[in-house]
Amino acid sequence: MEIKASMAGNVWKITVQQGEAVEAGQDIVILESMKMEIPIASEEKGILKEWKVQEGDFVDEGDTIAIVE
Amino acid sequence: MIKKVLIANRGEIARRIIRTCKQLGIQTVAVYSDADQNALFKKDADEAYHIGPSQVQKSYLQLDKIMEVAEISNVDAIHPGYGFLSESPTFAERCREENIIFIGPEADILRLMGSKIEARKAMIKAGVPVIPGTDHAVDSARDAVAIAEQIGYPVMLKASAGGGGIGMEVVHSAAELQKAFENNSKRAETFFGDGAMFLEKHLQNSRHIEVQVLADHHGNTVHLFERECSIQRRNQKVLEEAPSPAISEELRVNLGKTAVKAAEAIHYTNAGTIEFLVDEKEHFYFLEMNTRIQVEHPITEEITGIDIVKEQINIANNQVLPFQQDEIQRNGHAIEVRIYAEDPIRFFPSPGTITRLELPKGEGVRNECAVTSGDKVTPFYDPMVAKLVVYGENRSEAIDKLKETLHQFKVEGIKTNIPMLQEIITYEAFIEGDTQTSFLRKYYQPTTGGN
Repeated sequence: MEIKASMAGNVWKITVQQGEAVEAGQDIVILESMKMEIPIASEEKGILKEWKVQEGDFVDEGDTIAIVE
Repeated sequence: MIKKVLIANRGEIARRIIRTCKQLGIQTVAVYSDADQNALFKKDADEAYHIGPSQVQKSYLQLDKIMEVAEISNVDAIHPGYGFLSESPTFAERCREENIIFIGPEADILRLMGSKIEARKAMIKAGVPVIPGTDHAVDSARDAVAIAEQIGYPVMLKASAGGGGIGMEVVHSAAELQKAFENNSKRAETFFGDGAMFLEKHLQNSRHIEVQVLADHHGNTVHLFERECSIQRRNQKVLEEAPSPAISEELRVNLGKTAVKAAEAIHYTNAGTIEFLVDEKEHFYFLEMNTRIQVEHPITEEITGIDIVKEQINIANNQVLPFQQDEIQRNGHAIEVRIYAEDPIRFFPSPGTITRLELPKGEGVRNECAVTSGDKVTPFYDPMVAKLVVYGENRSEAIDKLKETLHQFKVEGIKTNIPMLQEIITYEAFIEGDTQTSFLRKYYQPTTGGN
């Protein structure tokens, strides 16, 4: 499953490493947009297979951030 | 005398400063980032210089680039606005070194008040009441818990270098404090380059009331009365009014005198704001001092007839304040609402393109607006796109005007908090002036949709 950015912003913090298990609803990354921190959660339980972004990257709304399997 | 000013800021406050400069016959220079290529403030200025990419760290916080533009454009003063470098002692020092007037207080004052811990100490020394708490930095979560036991929960955990509600959190237990300490300290380190934390007792059912002061370089300090700013979300103000609808005349006089005393004690100069928390028994405590122009300054201007930006420039020109305390009168009632590009239910940001913008008009209506139809609201900056200020002969007239003008205020293409503002001003607690910092949490039950 692809985790997408719900809004444009900077990738502020990645909180889960590649290969780690994630729960449904668990925040995996925090974006910073308009001086606010926006947590993005995985919708499903699984393993974080791949990060498509790094901390400091800029993402647009709808961009894929990570893949959870 | 100042003839040409560089405005080291963007958005509505850059426009506001340019407006007064024009009235005073002063030339203006804007600086702008990639994202602000087509911004209104850039067009308002006599000259404009590009200073870098959209990210603030690469543009509006680039002190060297701004000083470079100041030199090329040959300005004799810099107005820093609010946010960005406005409270940077390094910026004020650089200006002094390069013989450019910094329109604000001296660097050492910025440094003193920029540290909330040092500011607390200075206020205790001046005899100004402060909230019970620590008077030194707390190094670890363990120490924080030990101190919190003494103060008693709930406590407010704060970053010493913090601002804009970042790095602060109310905690109710040792477990919460332990978790919050590390998070907020890290955040403060990232945002402000200083992770020092301290603790204060959290005052429930308190109001946020602040006093505007002006001080010249000739030993004159006056206050321009108070502003009530209790309605906040995420510790950021949403609606402000002047005067406060709910304090006694005795407290009003006392707050004014205390603010002047505080400013005098630190030899403050230029415009500043002393923020207080006021509890239900009208006990008041120093919260912090903002050493710059404030977002909500227009409501004070509306009730006193004083142009604060003009006075800032006069003070920077080494002139004597043109009025004494007893000559400053207040009349009527003013309310400001901040229009944020955000979802009115979750308070999440809503960047995008404004397809249509229509501002309210009429007597006693003042718009401080950064944007126009077709403008893009980017994720790079604060979500505030405009301020709507209304004035009435009394509070109920001002509220009626606010209702009417919020209805006329049309923004399409992005979400704004206008539906929330429309809703909260109908609440009985608001109409009665029963506004405390918990107001939104306590009363706001979103019933209106996203747009």
